[in-house]
Amino acid sequence: MKYVLPFLLLLFISIANPAAAVLPDEIMSDPALEQRARAISRQLRCLVCQGEDIDESAAGLARDLRLLVRERLRAGDGDAEVLAFIQARYGDYVLMKPPVKPATYLLWSTPALVLLGGLLILFRRLRFKPAEGG
Amino acid sequence: MKRHILALLPLLFFIVLVALFTAPLLRGTDPSRIESAMIGKPAPDFVLPGVLEHERPFERADLLRQDFALVNFFASWCVPCQAEQPVLTRISDEEGIVIYGVNYKDNRDDAVKWLKQHGNPFTATGYDNAGRVSIDWGVYGVPETYVVNRGGMILYRHVGPLTWQDYNAVIKPLLRKG
Repeated sequence: MKYVLPFLLLLFISIANPAAAVLPDEIMSDPALEQRARAISRQLRCLVCQGEDIDESAAGLARDLRLLVRERLRAGDGDAEVLAFIQARYGDYVLMKPPVKPATYLLWSTPALVLLGGLLILFRRLRFKPAEGG
Repeated sequence: MKRHILALLPLLFFIVLVALFTAPLLRGTDPSRIESAMIGKPAPDFVLPGVLEHERPFERADLLRQDFALVNFFASWCVPCQAEQPVLTRISDEEGIVIYGVNYKDNRDDAVKWLKQHGNPFTATGYDNAGRVSIDWGVYGVPETYVVNRGGMILYRHVGPLTWQDYNAVIKPLLRKG
């Protein structure tokens, strides 16, 4: 019985999908292009709401950018070109994933540094206190 | 002894975090105001129909007619824009700065009425109903004000309503420097 609640919670979390804000009139007739548009949209930040990507944001600017992404795809742009097109106007911040460059080296290396630090602490503990607790 | 120092680590970590988060607050920088990617770049190419009936189109070539121009993005549905309009009028009247207005995603009749009601300091206006030209400028909300030099280069962007203090502290020195 005591497992029911956690189980339900996990179930809900697993079936919960981030809601997309794409409106029917935005969807492209070519499903392959539409799929690419959705994937690109998920990589672009909504600058109005800032925590959301443009695929899930209901803001007007997000809709305009979704339409622009589709317009560029229809014109034959590659995925990287579309991203670069938006980035040229709105800067790195519009990318959900910050680009790797000198200013973000620390940001990108933090997980590895933390892992390394943890391993180091663990290693020292195991080495220098073998008798403790045993 | 070593253990005591280790016990202090979380506190130290906390203090560093607090300092990190408080500093921008004290400095008064608003993290939701994003630095423009267009600064130092040429203004995008555009031609927009004028908002008012008798107006000619507003286009990029207009930006090259004076040493400096402000390009203000506004809308009749934008409340902060109302607060800003007297400031723009003052900058135009007292400082003799040429200001262009781009009407962002608006209804034309509403925009015309709004300009009549709140004043029209704009040398020319552009009607950007689709918001497409504004996207080329990197606009992500109204009001936004851009400073452009005679070469058509974007020097600065102000996000949010421009105050007289903002103008004097940031924009005016920029115009003097060139």
